[in-house]
Amino acid sequence: MTPDEILDTVAGICLVAGALLCVAAGIALVRFPDVLSRMHAAAKPQVLGLLLVLLGCALRLRTGVDITTLVLVGLFQLATAPVAAHMVGRTAYPHDDIRRDLLITDELAGHIDRIRADRAGEPEETSPVRTA
Amino acid sequence: MTVVAVIVTVLLVAAGGLTLVRIIRGPSILDRAVATDVLLAVAVAAIATEAAYSRDATALPVLVVLALVGFVGSVSVARFASRRGPK
Repeated sequence: MTPDEILDTVAGICLVAGALLCVAAGIALVRFPDVLSRMHAAAKPQVLGLLLVLLGCALRLRTGVDITTLVLVGLFQLATAPVAAHMVGRTAYPHDDIRRDLLITDELAGHIDRIRADRAGEPEETSPVRTA
Repeated sequence: MTVVAVIVTVLLVAAGGLTLVRIIRGPSILDRAVATDVLLAVAVAAIATEAAYSRDATALPVLVVLALVGFVGSVSVARFASRRGPK
């Protein structure tokens, strides 16, 4: 095999692996019971799947400018995905949608009591706004 | 490479369909926001696969934009949902 064929084969394997992670996230989104576990599944194509697909793309294109662009895409995704996950998770927490019986540990619960105690002194109409 | 393209296309269409099922069924707006994020990741994977298949870098700036602004939707939906307060 020539080096080009080897690189193309590795690129194909990376692309298929990334697509498999997307399918895994799709199946998990349909089957998992609550918002938090669906978020857990949703992070797979957003980070590892995307990096695999970008690696496959870079192995296939093989020019400096394109590889730099793909590295930028990966860096931006790594920087922004935790922000979105944090906001969604923090918003989901006080709602009744999450299955507390499935949680192994709940590190936020102790802090929530303190936040509620702080909030008890505030006027009633502003307190729902401060949920996040 | 054509075989890889066909396999990846089938897998991504399946992933997108399953994600759409969750977007339609809900039940909460946060489920839909998470599923929309996954749909965006599937779209990014599809665009990158197209670029890899045709060896054509035209679509790569689109990937940069999607990676940069993709999280804005989830964040704003989360802010909007939090203003409604606990159900």
